[in-house]
Amino acid sequence: MFKYIFKRALMLVPVLIGVTFIVFTMLYITPGDPARMVLGEQAPQESVDQLRQDMGLNDPFLVQFGRYVYKAVFHGDIGRSYITKRPVVQEILAAFPVTLKLSAMAMIIAMVIGIPCGIVSAIKQYSLFDNLVTIFAMIGISMPVFWLGILLILLFSVRLGWVPPSGFDSFSTMILPAVTLGAQSIAIITRMTRSSMLEVVRQDYIRTVRAKGQKERIVIWKHALGNALIPVVTISGIQFGILLGGAVLTELIFSIPGVGRLMVESIKMRDFPVVQGGVLFIAVAFCVVNLLVDLIYAWLDPRIKAQYVS
Amino acid sequence: MNEPKKKNPWLEVFRRLKKNRLAMLGLVVVLLLIGTSVFAPVIAPYSYEDQDLLAAFESPSKAHWFGTDEFGRDIFSRIVYGSRISLQVGLVAVSFSIMIGGFLGALAGYYGGRIDNVIMRIMDVLFSVPQLLLAISVAASLGPGLFNLMIAVGISSVPQYARLVRASVLSIREQEFIEAARSIGAKDLKIIFRHILPNCMAPIIVQGTLGVAFAILTAAGLSFIGLGIQPPIPEWGAMLSGGREYIRDHSYMTMFPGMAIMITILALNFLGDGLRDALDPKLKN
Repeated sequence: MFKYIFKRALMLVPVLIGVTFIVFTMLYITPGDPARMVLGEQAPQESVDQLRQDMGLNDPFLVQFGRYVYKAVFHGDIGRSYITKRPVVQEILAAFPVTLKLSAMAMIIAMVIGIPCGIVSAIKQYSLFDNLVTIFAMIGISMPVFWLGILLILLFSVRLGWVPPSGFDSFSTMILPAVTLGAQSIAIITRMTRSSMLEVVRQDYIRTVRAKGQKERIVIWKHALGNALIPVVTISGIQFGILLGGAVLTELIFSIPGVGRLMVESIKMRDFPVVQGGVLFIAVAFCVVNLLVDLIYAWLDPRIKAQYVS
Repeated sequence: MNEPKKKNPWLEVFRRLKKNRLAMLGLVVVLLLIGTSVFAPVIAPYSYEDQDLLAAFESPSKAHWFGTDEFGRDIFSRIVYGSRISLQVGLVAVSFSIMIGGFLGALAGYYGGRIDNVIMRIMDVLFSVPQLLLAISVAASLGPGLFNLMIAVGISSVPQYARLVRASVLSIREQEFIEAARSIGAKDLKIIFRHILPNCMAPIIVQGTLGVAFAILTAAGLSFIGLGIQPPIPEWGAMLSGGREYIRDHSYMTMFPGMAIMITILALNFLGDGLRDALDPKLKN
């Protein structure tokens, strides 16, 4: 198992370099002179030129990229904010736990609701419950996150007054954003669980279990579920990444001080190092989550591990 | 085209699609939407940018079906014109990603080996950035504007199509008719474009339909953030974002643009799912 974990972690390195390359390229092609941004509009041209030289902005693209990676890896330095002049890493680390917490809550909600709904829907295929779930899932997939958030605020904060419309410090303020963010994932996980379950119960080994007279409850929970959940684990990993990205919109609606809101505010102030730093952080988090998912996957399905260990 | 003896495979697909009520509903809504965007000047009772501050914040009425916004602009007219933007973004962005992603995927699948490896590893990297975030990142670098929005949304979907087309090409590459084409001396590019790609159309069409939905949703999200289209051009996401400030007293301002987005996405998803079932009955469930 350790060998597998090591190999799988090693595969992360080129991907991370690639992501860094994308982020760096985005910064590079962004219009505007970083030296000018640092010094402000009034600064004389000579000092801007001097700073360009000092910052190495006149070097070739690849040299600059190499320096960016070197600083990022060995000094944890991915630039400074144009506005606050603080290191980007600090700015993002202050906001990142909030985003992670929000996404994790949304993910938990999505799995706790999605998996049981999918299972029941599959067991009682074409029943009223199944049809309702299917329709709700379709609506969930089609619902823009930002609109759902606004509707929930309108209903639960403005009309009913049950929860405050913004903030992120107590459970009551966290529940609306988490549901908003997780809604689409609930729908996707439900659909995935349902179709995967339907696929599994059609297989021969399930027919064998049934033929020997096993109780239906045990057929489903003991024999079918394990196999049916494998694709659900995969899709959940992908969903978590989507949630980390989607948190941008949710944070904006509920005024949550996470990476997403930080990025949007930075976009407005043209503070691009912070924007791209946010992208980098979330992408790295996404990669790590995917690594964890792959490990869970290998634990669930020994065939996958065998591909690497042999 | 319509030879009576030869069965047109697309008619067969349509016949199967017709049986799926949700898909047909989706198709009708999509066609209505296209009609709306084409005939927007005829349908919309007002211009989308004329301000009338005396008529600001009017609730829905006979004169203004969906009410008016903070500048007294007719929301119904703005939604009608907004359909043009959304469809445009959806279609252009998806065409862009199909062209780029499809081409890369076809190269990777057809040649295999090193080319395949290089292309697909690059796609893996793009995949490792959540799609919305990738779009935000590109849009932030390119700056606001309709064209940049399309590019940003398009780029974020490129890896999906590359993977899809690569997988289809791999399954077709080894078939006998390709071998036959090769044996009479057809060039690689000709084989890819004339023989292989037309045979991978089914999954591309399905993914493309769902992709338009995703593109519209992403574009609305980017506009909501303020990265998309600049005022006064009406865009549904931007309208939602604008109405958010007045949610307490004028909730209709966010209600109608939100509904417009949701109905569009829902219709495209119904159609896409229906197409998938109709094009490949094996994939059902």
